[in-house]
Amino acid sequence: MTKVPGKTTLKSGAHERRRSRNVLWRLVPVLVVSAFLAVACGDDTETSSPETTTTTAPTTVATTAATTVATTTATTEATTTTAPPPVVGGELTLVTNNAFSTVEYLMEPFRAETGVDLQLIAGGDVGSMVNQIILTKDSPLGDVLYGFDNTFLSRLLEEDLFIPYRSPMAGVLPAELQIDPEYRVTAVDFGDVCINYDKQFLADAGLAVPETLDDLRKPEYSGMLVIQNPLTSSPGLAFMLATIAEYGEEGWLDFWEDLRANDVQVVSGWEEAYYTNWSLYGGGQPLVVSYASSPPAEVVFADPQPEVAPSGVVEESCFRQIEFIGILKGTDNLPAAQALIDWWLTDSLQAELPLNYFVFPANPNTPLPDPFIEHTSIPADPHILDPELIAANRERWLDEWDSAVLR
Amino acid sequence: MIRGFIPARIDSLRWIAARSVVVGIPLGFIAIFFLYPVTSIIWRGLNPDGILSFDALGEVFADGDLRQVAWFTLWQAAVSTLVTIVVALPGAYIMSQYRFRGRSVLRAAVTVPLILPTVVVGVAFLALAGPRGSLGLDLAGSIWIILLAHTFYNYAVVVRTVGGLWSHLDPRMEQAARVLGAGRMRAFFEVTLPLLRPAIAAAASIVFLFSFTSFGVILILGAPRRATLEVEIFRQTAQFLNLPIAAALAILQLFGVFLILSVYSRYQERRAIELNLRPAEEVERSAAGWKPKMVIGGNLVLMGLLLFVPLGVLIRRSVTTSTGLGLDFYRNLNQSGGRTTLAVPPTEAMVNSLLFALVASFIALLVGGLASIVVGYGRSRWSRWFDSLLMLPLGTSAVTVGFGFLISLDKGVLNLRTNWFLIPLAHALVAVPFVIRVMAPMIRSIDNRLREAAAVLGAGPVRVGREIDLPIVARAGLVGAGFAAAISLGEFGATAFIVRPNVLTLPVAIFRLIGRPGELNFGMAMAMSVILMAVTGIVMMLVERLRPGDVGTF
Repeated sequence: MTKVPGKTTLKSGAHERRRSRNVLWRLVPVLVVSAFLAVACGDDTETSSPETTTTTAPTTVATTAATTVATTTATTEATTTTAPPPVVGGELTLVTNNAFSTVEYLMEPFRAETGVDLQLIAGGDVGSMVNQIILTKDSPLGDVLYGFDNTFLSRLLEEDLFIPYRSPMAGVLPAELQIDPEYRVTAVDFGDVCINYDKQFLADAGLAVPETLDDLRKPEYSGMLVIQNPLTSSPGLAFMLATIAEYGEEGWLDFWEDLRANDVQVVSGWEEAYYTNWSLYGGGQPLVVSYASSPPAEVVFADPQPEVAPSGVVEESCFRQIEFIGILKGTDNLPAAQALIDWWLTDSLQAELPLNYFVFPANPNTPLPDPFIEHTSIPADPHILDPELIAANRERWLDEWDSAVLR
Repeated sequence: MIRGFIPARIDSLRWIAARSVVVGIPLGFIAIFFLYPVTSIIWRGLNPDGILSFDALGEVFADGDLRQVAWFTLWQAAVSTLVTIVVALPGAYIMSQYRFRGRSVLRAAVTVPLILPTVVVGVAFLALAGPRGSLGLDLAGSIWIILLAHTFYNYAVVVRTVGGLWSHLDPRMEQAARVLGAGRMRAFFEVTLPLLRPAIAAAASIVFLFSFTSFGVILILGAPRRATLEVEIFRQTAQFLNLPIAAALAILQLFGVFLILSVYSRYQERRAIELNLRPAEEVERSAAGWKPKMVIGGNLVLMGLLLFVPLGVLIRRSVTTSTGLGLDFYRNLNQSGGRTTLAVPPTEAMVNSLLFALVASFIALLVGGLASIVVGYGRSRWSRWFDSLLMLPLGTSAVTVGFGFLISLDKGVLNLRTNWFLIPLAHALVAVPFVIRVMAPMIRSIDNRLREAAAVLGAGPVRVGREIDLPIVARAGLVGAGFAAAISLGEFGATAFIVRPNVLTLPVAIFRLIGRPGELNFGMAMAMSVILMAVTGIVMMLVERLRPGDVGTF
């Protein structure tokens, strides 16, 4: 009982006594130092935060730009200017979704060409990011927002978050992509959510490739399709919207009841559907909701690369997601923000998008990389829905889908 | 607050100053980085149109579906906790009582599951027990696979928290009971188990909160309609921006957590027993004879099945290429540019992860260590409240915390939203409860007579703290720091939903890779997971090896 645990040679003496403070109290200076550290870090933040950024560009540029915006409706100004982005400098913060934050390296040419110190902020999945931006309306997270699509567009536009800007490059954009005539947001790329099929599996099973959504109701495709829960997944939501676009308010739930009867598999996210349930990766379903860009990725990201993509796309099942970029109100480096949008539409970025971010360039003049020409095609007639309709009905549709498919 | 062994000769001013630092730093930390953000977002939710309204709360209580979600959240957490304790206690036993070859490696290895992203664990579990699982048993969507996954994740929590105390329990107590005629079982249940209760309760509280706020496991492995409050808050906040309902759910969740924590702290209070703690070397035995070998062997098999088979699946998939076995995916990771989409080599992700882990453990140890002093030495109701308060982040929705940061940490010195420092800070928020759970029971168990004896022998209060308390506490602090590092390396819990500057860490790299189509991307995600496992294992081994300078062998 008297034995003191640990190393307990009881050295005594003045020296020892002077040195020893209760060790727990000896932590005190450490604490104080760290508290200061924390504060110091806070200071760092402040200096690097957008609020304290000194706008280096002359204000006249901003004013001119603003005037340009004001007169866009006249649309008489030249839209064909393709001058290289000017050197603007300053700091700029781009808020984007997690998926795009993975390809930050694509931003290097912009940094080099314009001298802008561009920082990326990852806001999570698209839904989270959109809602974060709305929540921080009064104290914006950044200067530019990129990576939201037409399924969330109206929600954002309602909040009046953007400074309109019609890029001189915007003239090339097809009208069906640039759905905001006021240029509060600019369409920069699009992707199609489509059913992908495993060629080998279907061939082995003697099954034809389904051609339409209606085909999925057939008994031979029973238990053959895996989808993502639209309540938790963006491609899942897009596919649900495709069925609404196809069958309308009257018929879409009937379709889903048929799919349910046909043993459709529902998982929470794209990763599980694609890499666990899909037969190409050892799962049981040869049909999976993914993207039109997935088959070329199966060629490019394989070693050795196959001659032909192992998967294909059911074109009739596609829903078009258009992605936008917009300048957030409250930016203090408008010239850099505008330069970023201009640059976004140039081949410098557009040509890189397919193989890095798996979307199609919005600029129709940008050539597609070979694998995208050989192994997939841009669906000619994808399903689309008016963003306002989506915003107005999203919650109700999701509820109804939930009741029809999962309850 | 600190018990009577502190004599009056410490002059009161210094005493008060020291006390306010010890209490103030953890309190300030939790107030600024938890209470303020969380109340901000809940307040925003309760004031939808600028008018305070509790309609949403009523709506939540009236909604049968949501009541069911709340009920499921509660019972699955309770069952997960029970299962984890039962399965992991034998593991804690062998690792604290026996010396055997490879024990320290094993101790580090059981922590590895803790850090794996759920999406990767989902791959492993579904490969084993999914629709076409190699075990031939489809558990996908069932409660069983959820329980298994929660046990997989939390095994280390029990082994390390309970094992920490167990390895210092005086074996003579049980021996005395045996001499007096008690059988092995009886001696365990009537002597050892009651003595271990504070540590078991501490571990249980953490496992419970973990499972209570389970998100990825439920989404990936549960049936599509399965939801915990956590999942529901995510849907309401991040999908629908229905802040009133989300706030109501967050209040419900906090209320549940608080209730559980009060039960826990009351229990803890009644059960705190001072023990004659011994150095681990004195407690442990060599595993001679067939009986201990059987026990150890049986446990190893269990651990192998529960923990290492799923990890093995990931390792196997990281080396299985279309052309056979090979390290192609690892090589591809290192190839910058070209076809690999992750244009940053894994070393950079590794360095970032380790840096964050270092900062996070430092903050967690600082805050948690000071808090443990308050919680461990304190006997008042205040110290119990303090304890529960610091536990709250572990039981609070990651979405609530993340969105709370977003709207509150945006001004002046606190403008951290775009600062990398926010990331380890958020990690520390979740790690602090671990540090306290490991340290406080040890502090409580120190036999006060030891302190008195030392004082009688002429040691001043400072000396008493250094010679008696510190050796025991420092070892526990290291275990806590190890946990903090693991939590940071795995980046889970409250950190999943913070908006962050684009800094690549190992888990982020895994998410990036597995979110893309193509065999190489998937393979590289598996390879990256194995790298994360290895890094964690090595860090844990190093922590295991660390012996704080002059504090002996506790």
